[in-house]
Amino acid sequence: MATSIKKLPDIEQVLSGNGACGGCPATMALRMVGKALGPNAIMLLTPACSVASMGMTPKLGYNWPCINITFASAGSSASGITNAVEIMKEKGRFEGELPTVFSWAGDGGTYDIGFQALSAAAERNENIIHFCYNNEAYSNTGVQRSGATPRGTFTTTTPTGKRQPKKNMALLMLEHNIPYVATATVAYPADLYDKVVKAKSIKGMKYIEILAPCYLGWQFDMADTVQLSRMAVRSGAWLLWEADNGRITFNNPTAQFISGKKNPEAVDEYLMKQGRFSRLLQGPDAKERIAEIQGDVDREIAFMRERAKIFI
Amino acid sequence: MRSVTKAYRPISWPTLGAGGDTGSWRMHRPVVNHELCTKCQFCWVYCPEAVIDRKAITIDYRYCKGCGVCAVECPTGAITMEKEE
Ligand SMILES: Cc1ncc(C[n+]2csc(CCOP(=O)(O)OP(=O)(O)O)c2C)c(N)n1
Ligand code: SF4
Ligand code: SF4
Ligand code: SF4
Ligand SMILES: [Mg+2]
Repeated sequence: MATSIKKLPDIEQVLSGNGACGGCPATMALRMVGKALGPNAIMLLTPACSVASMGMTPKLGYNWPCINITFASAGSSASGITNAVEIMKEKGRFEGELPTVFSWAGDGGTYDIGFQALSAAAERNENIIHFCYNNEAYSNTGVQRSGATPRGTFTTTTPTGKRQPKKNMALLMLEHNIPYVATATVAYPADLYDKVVKAKSIKGMKYIEILAPCYLGWQFDMADTVQLSRMAVRSGAWLLWEADNGRITFNNPTAQFISGKKNPEAVDEYLMKQGRFSRLLQGPDAKERIAEIQGDVDREIAFMRERAKIFI
Repeated sequence: MRSVTKAYRPISWPTLGAGGDTGSWRMHRPVVNHELCTKCQFCWVYCPEAVIDRKAITIDYRYCKGCGVCAVECPTGAITMEKEE
């Protein structure tokens, strides 16, 4: 059972009046992460909306020591910091409990530009948590396609709709044989909170990816941010799962789709809520293009169902 | 503790309102009807700005950006978005 909302801690690590857009899903997610990690942590950020959201120097909207690093280096920089604090402790230059070292990167900084260093950090099993808040585009620079952008999406660099499906980044991280991998999204805050609490208690590399529906990139009314996150899960376009030492378990409602107890909703309604699919939905080949997207969703569910049966 | 040299000092410090008085961004103001509110705390958990008091269910309008997420997520319809003057 997930922690009930009323039992979540009071602590706020994301401070009111930061620079994020109203309704920002990245900020919403980071707030829950803050409740789970508490103040004893060091945050690394690659260029992204969450950096723009930090506010104006000399003010900072997050209550952690924050380090702004280059786009490609979340994995390597976080590795350096976590090793440095461990060595400082060994040498007696650091007292008390070691801080949690975590990187907070967008899908651009994770799927694409940060992939190499992240893969290397995972292979070395560095003691960090890498968070990817996935808004399925390079939002901070005006919405360009990324490896996380799903097929059919209109972005400034896919003016006729993206032709390729997104990659399954969380699964790729799992295949690095790291101790913990999880997916989450903002509509299920207690699920996210519990996953971060668990990740914090595990030594080694942890990867948590959070689907973050961004009203600006996805083109919907900002008040519906949580609704879109919920629709993504209920349609199976986003799957909730976690893997402890390679053993995958699914979380509800995804678990019901995997077991066949319940069918996910058709993807149409989820697509229709978003302006980034509107040109596709109005085009002459709309039917085929929707069927293609539904096919991607169905394939992912079928694949993950079978993949979860394999563990050693 | 050894003294920290100037080069290693942080350039920013955690502060409320790091993006300014973000309440001024608001086009619509969330207003809570306490007679309908069941104190379920859904609005509190989803508010990205952390401006809702989880016990009293009151809103800090200095920083509330008026996104309307709280109003959409409230299960009893206790929050309405009213146009700012
Ligand atoms: C090496 C490099 N290339 C490009 C940029 C410009 N840039 C800054 S933020 C950003 C988008 C980041 O996208 P993502 O990681 O998905 O985060 P989001 O903005 O969506 O939150 C880009 C391209 C940069 N800062 N550094
Ligand atoms: S563009 Fe999207 S992800 Fe970026 S700050 Fe705005 S709402 Fe958040
Ligand atoms: S979501 Fe609605 S009912 Fe629940 S605490 Fe907030 S105002 Fe009250
Ligand atoms: S309108 Fe947005 S910022 Fe204001 S209280 Fe509601 S959820 Fe929070
Ligand atoms: Mg992004």
